[in-house]
Amino acid sequence: MKSIYIDEDLEAIRQAVAEFVEKEIVPNVDQWERTGEVPRSLLEQMGSLGFFGLRVPEEHGGVGLGHIASVVFAGELGRSTSGGTAITVLVHTDLAMPYLTRFGSEEQKARWLPGMMTGELISAIGVTEPDAGSDVAAIRTTARRDGEGWRLNGTKMFITNGGIADLVFIAARTDPDAKASRGMTIFAVEKGTEGFTATRALEKMGWHASNTAELVLDDVWVPDSNVIGEVNQGFYYVMANFQNERIALMAAAIGECQEAIDRTVAYVKERRAFGAPLWEKQAIRQRLAMRQAEVDAARQLVYHTAWLLDQGEDAVREVSECKALVGELSNRVLYDCVQFHGGMGYMRETPVERMYRDVRINSIGGGATEVMLDEIAKRL
Amino acid sequence: MRVVACVKQIPDPSTPYKLEEGTGWLLRPNDQVLDDTDRYGVEMGLQIAQANGGTLTLVSMGPTGSAQGIRQALAMGADKAVIVDDATLRGADALTTARVLAAAIGKEGFDLVITGTESTDGYAGVVPQMLAELLGVPSLTYATSVEASSDQVKIHRQTVTGYDVVTSGLPAVLSVTAGVVEPRYPTFKGIMDAKKKPLETLTLADLGIEAGPAQEVTGVNPAPEREAGRKIEDDGSAHLAIIELLEQKKVI
Ligand SMILES: Cc1cc2nc3c(=O)[nH]c(=O)nc-3n(C[C@H](O)[C@H](O)[C@H](O)COP(=O)(O)OP(=O)(O)OC[C@H]3O[C@@H](n4cnc5c(N)ncnc54)[C@H](O)[C@@H]3O)c2cc1C
Ligand SMILES: Cc1cc2nc3c(=O)[nH]c(=O)nc-3n(C[C@H](O)[C@H](O)[C@H](O)COP(=O)(O)OP(=O)(O)OC[C@H]3O[C@@H](n4cnc5c(N)ncnc54)[C@H](O)[C@@H]3O)c2cc1C
Repeated sequence: MKSIYIDEDLEAIRQAVAEFVEKEIVPNVDQWERTGEVPRSLLEQMGSLGFFGLRVPEEHGGVGLGHIASVVFAGELGRSTSGGTAITVLVHTDLAMPYLTRFGSEEQKARWLPGMMTGELISAIGVTEPDAGSDVAAIRTTARRDGEGWRLNGTKMFITNGGIADLVFIAARTDPDAKASRGMTIFAVEKGTEGFTATRALEKMGWHASNTAELVLDDVWVPDSNVIGEVNQGFYYVMANFQNERIALMAAAIGECQEAIDRTVAYVKERRAFGAPLWEKQAIRQRLAMRQAEVDAARQLVYHTAWLLDQGEDAVREVSECKALVGELSNRVLYDCVQFHGGMGYMRETPVERMYRDVRINSIGGGATEVMLDEIAKRL
Repeated sequence: MRVVACVKQIPDPSTPYKLEEGTGWLLRPNDQVLDDTDRYGVEMGLQIAQANGGTLTLVSMGPTGSAQGIRQALAMGADKAVIVDDATLRGADALTTARVLAAAIGKEGFDLVITGTESTDGYAGVVPQMLAELLGVPSLTYATSVEASSDQVKIHRQTVTGYDVVTSGLPAVLSVTAGVVEPRYPTFKGIMDAKKKPLETLTLADLGIEAGPAQEVTGVNPAPEREAGRKIEDDGSAHLAIIELLEQKKVI
């Protein structure tokens, strides 16, 4: 569907990613879902094609496009039928890398960006803890001043790419006496740093191709040169990055919805019952038509929100709307898609079965629906 | 070394094709895509140009439209593109196409012209040979593997039973089969740079030639419906019936 927000460049990028997804990802996702990991070679191939430099400014070797480009990119990854594959990539490009590109120093960019762009260096973001998720201000991981650096202690929970990442951006309390919003700092912690360990991969309902880990920081020392941005400003960085993260996640969710609807329409047009294709049943085709209308509307809201962010507007309300709306919508869409696949929809071999499990996280991760609705309500 | 790749923009093959009432000509939408077949020619051209310190120019005939298909080929790494777009060329047949391409390529100058073997929408499969004749150079066709230097090209030419080894000096026209090389994906940088590359549009007047459709479509008939297959009920001897059928078809 054409959109006023998508110009020729973005359309060309969309096509390139779509082709890559179709040829290099879709045929392999069954295997990656079983092994629980996307192969490093795929990430490096994506890196070599410049996929990880989409948002990186030209002076650092990327193509320097905006939020809208992330939306296009994520949307096509969402069509891969494997949310786990999409999130492995998006956590790197849209959840973690922005900490460096937006708030990192020139010295830090020179150190890490080249590897991040080739895919040799995969990144993750560690905010959530066992006792703090929606309530980011409640995190308990601490960083104490120690020589020319900081000593970190704490536990991070549900960290995507946690077990495979070479660099993790960790949020920690640096001023225990201040309010969290004035006492939190982001640290870049490299894999292999003494005291820094990832537990086994956590077993999940969906996103099976994605590694999710618990990270333990046991007296981990990092130098001042690993502090991202300014000390005690971390809470603002997290809040700022949430905006990009949420629209990228919901763009991927729109891709999931569209792929599921397309597959379901094709299925019910073929599948015969009571002497005719299921498509002849008005109840079925009208429900699918309504879901398509909802997805089309939601897609334009996501585009519009990305556009607002690219104009430098404060779009917290619109971002929260996208997250609340699409998080819930994707669950309804996949519920119906499984339903209309009948027994086949419940089988592991049918992609919508996996997608049904994958979309469940869309209304929880990166800001639960209820939290998002309160963000909207505050602005009404 | 001046390498030219012929590339055709075609309606997206994943959408149904529509013919114009009356003329029977294919309707070409504004957004056409690069013919997949031509990706092999572009990739081959890039490899040869890069190995021999040359340039790769794309030459195309047809309605420019959004030029999306040409940009796809530029994004892969070609240096520039020339499109011959002229209203009088609507409904052009293979010979007309070859004459126009030859004029554009002759004007551009070339050492090696690379084409696909058969386009996806027209599939006449004769443009390369016609081009070679019109340009007055040897034609090496149906290449399944290619070695090229700055003054010679050597190919494996696919035959019914195997392949011939064919060698020629340059200039020459070369048609490559799908799979001769693995076409690269465009990089994001390639995509963004594509729109900054020269894209020249020529009319027939610019080429100093006259051309137009030399063939007429006298009728278009839908392909006959496929007949239903024969069902063999298994009463314990179905395998014998199947064997007999396969023998009749000389499969076994
Ligand atoms: C697979 C997976 C991957 C993840 N990846 C990462 C990652 O890479 N990095 C990272 O930092 N985190 C990650 N997370 C964490 C994720 O962002 C949190 O799980 C999410 O923010 C919810 O926090 P919580 O789990 O602590 O839920 P809680 O905060 O305990 O909330 C539980 C539920 O209560 C409700 N609720 C919460 N607050 C309110 C409220 N104010 N009003 C009304 N209802 C409310 C919501 O329905 C919510 O789902 C991941 C989680 C999962 C499951
Ligand atoms: C029934 C019929 C209807 C037609 N209707 C139309 C019409 O409505 N509009 C129209 O424009 N044409 C029409 N044509 C012409 C046709 O689409 C081709 O442009 C022409 O016949 C060239 O033949 P081909 O594409 O089959 O080339 P082939 O010989 O199959 O092509 C071989 C290779 O030559 C090169 N090549 C071929 N054509 C071009 C090109 N145009 N530009 C650059 N490289 C090229 C490519 O590398 C290709 O892989 C029609 C042809 C037929 C038979």
